[in-house]
Amino acid sequence: MAREVISTGNELAAIAAIDAGAKFFGGYPITPSSEIMHVASDLLPKAGGAAIQMEDEIAGISAALGASITGVKSFTATSGPGISLKAEQIGLGFIAETPLVIFNVMRGGPSTGLPTRVSQADIGQAQYPTHGDYASITICAGSLTECYTQSVRAFNLAEKYMTPVFMLLDETIGHMHGKAMLPDLEEIEAQNVTRERFEGSQEDYKPYDVPMNKPAVINPMFQGYKHHVTGLHHGVTGFPTEDAEQCEFNIERLVGKINTISAQNDGLDDLPDYEEYRMEDAEVCLIAYGSIGLGAYEAVEKLRAEGIKAGMFRPIMLWPSPAKKIAEIGERFKDKIFVTELNMGQYSKEIERIIKRDDFTTLLKANGRPIAPAEMVAKVKEMM
Amino acid sequence: MAFNYDKYLRVEKMPTLWCWGCGDGVILKATIRAMEKMGWDLDKEVCVVSGIGCSGRFSSYIDCNTVHTTHGRTVAYATGIKLANPHVNVVVVAGDGDGLAIGGNHTIHGCRRNIDLNFILINNFIYGLTNSQTSPTTPRGMWTVSQKNGNIDPTFNACSLAIGAGASFVARESMLDPKKLEKVLVKGFQHKGFSFMDIMSNCHINLGRKNKMANAMENLDWIDSITMPLKKWEALSEEEQLNIFPTGVLRQVEQEEYCDMYAEIQKAAQGKRAKITQADFVKKI
Repeated sequence: MAREVISTGNELAAIAAIDAGAKFFGGYPITPSSEIMHVASDLLPKAGGAAIQMEDEIAGISAALGASITGVKSFTATSGPGISLKAEQIGLGFIAETPLVIFNVMRGGPSTGLPTRVSQADIGQAQYPTHGDYASITICAGSLTECYTQSVRAFNLAEKYMTPVFMLLDETIGHMHGKAMLPDLEEIEAQNVTRERFEGSQEDYKPYDVPMNKPAVINPMFQGYKHHVTGLHHGVTGFPTEDAEQCEFNIERLVGKINTISAQNDGLDDLPDYEEYRMEDAEVCLIAYGSIGLGAYEAVEKLRAEGIKAGMFRPIMLWPSPAKKIAEIGERFKDKIFVTELNMGQYSKEIERIIKRDDFTTLLKANGRPIAPAEMVAKVKEMM
Repeated sequence: MAFNYDKYLRVEKMPTLWCWGCGDGVILKATIRAMEKMGWDLDKEVCVVSGIGCSGRFSSYIDCNTVHTTHGRTVAYATGIKLANPHVNVVVVAGDGDGLAIGGNHTIHGCRRNIDLNFILINNFIYGLTNSQTSPTTPRGMWTVSQKNGNIDPTFNACSLAIGAGASFVARESMLDPKKLEKVLVKGFQHKGFSFMDIMSNCHINLGRKNKMANAMENLDWIDSITMPLKKWEALSEEEQLNIFPTGVLRQVEQEEYCDMYAEIQKAAQGKRAKITQADFVKKI
């Protein structure tokens, strides 16, 4: 039975983490994400886990990675400046193949920027948060319910693909207070993913001895199996190597296990990577995500009331992007595409890359204010 | 019977990457002997965590679960490892640059929390791996590649830092006497709480070469000349004490350990005890 709750996005994200089976949180206070830590510090010890406020952002993610390296589901939460500080450790998560959910409640940047105001300008950072080559998984919640359901999904993807996963909320979604319908807890728990284990002998235990495009198979520590973890390039047993062939294979596998698999299977799991709203008979397509999607529902209705058949496409999985669907939209709507986001066009560029055209209309804002449905309506009317 | 190091080493990784005559090997052997004395089960209850630098390779040589982290973040990673697995004995190995410069903040707060980590600072007074840059412990007046006209930065007294930050076990030894070193490591391992062990070591290649101690023995003699057992050191005048580091256990106190306290937090959160208040602590502020 679904659970009806009154809550905030940040609180729901923390509750989702516990329901997804997380047992460890390491973090540092930062607006507008701190409430995730506040709730975790209360709920985790209740669930037999631990939450620790570390001395800085770097230490927060380091502690969370440390716990996850030993086999414990872990997460951290921060906002843009915190991601900048955590960047090097995120890289260790990528190369060592350590599952971790990283919540980023987005505020205005760069630098200290607009700490208390909304932004969606960290989606580029989520795609390439650290130096080197890798592929990122990034989900963006577009409602209170999704702060819960998509956060659970983030944990499952982290464990399935053995990688850090970005769970993006924007300040509006994170601090929004209202009703959310959550799936039954038993249903969530039944679908929780725990990292695959190797069952053979210690002699045969080679965590990184996996085929191209497959994630490493790493057992929990202290249960009989021993292995070495390093941020250096490593061979099949996890020990450092500079062998050219091995290093090339490592990078191709790190990128391929996310991007190639997603392209081959049309997504990383069975859950929808996007939402289509009133798209069946639409003649103009609004593209929005996160809290801006909430305004876009209303804009669609207003436009339809004025006789313009509008629909909305809302990506949920930002990286890897639902490219097949976006390409279809490009074909179907031609120049009747309207992209609106709270940055200077970070996702617009991805759409341009996929549809190989830039003849669509954008409504961009990067001043810490949301985009009102009326602004969207006015701009769409100009296009028609 | 000779001590069987092979039982604890990843023998296929031998020889180590360290230079001929490097003190890191002595510290590795003493650490293994201390682990053996502790009777730890390397398969299930030990984790060795290291950072970046020559000391970073330390973890890869011991046959247990090992984590080679990023530069300076050893204590932070180890804090997560320990808090998520309180039954595990965590040994943290860091160099003077790793643990005191880039990772100084984590070292301070590890000491302050008094989390049960065994922190071995391999203090060779220089960034050895990357060819002789100044570290926080490089003596004033020495030559480094990053201060070719002589180092003017004051030398960090690592143990004073650890004491000030609240570590409940603070000791200093060097690799000159492996038996003594092993004993102090055992004491640190036995101690419940943050055990900070400043272990002075040689780097005749990258510290010694340009500072008139190019062979290992000269470097070792120099370490001998700047260290003195605590009792003897206390008898020195204040002026004489300035350039000598006392060795031995400098501080050992019983103090609430972080994971033990966290277990109480869990009980409180689960309604099995009252919330933690100031009355739960010997020292209130």
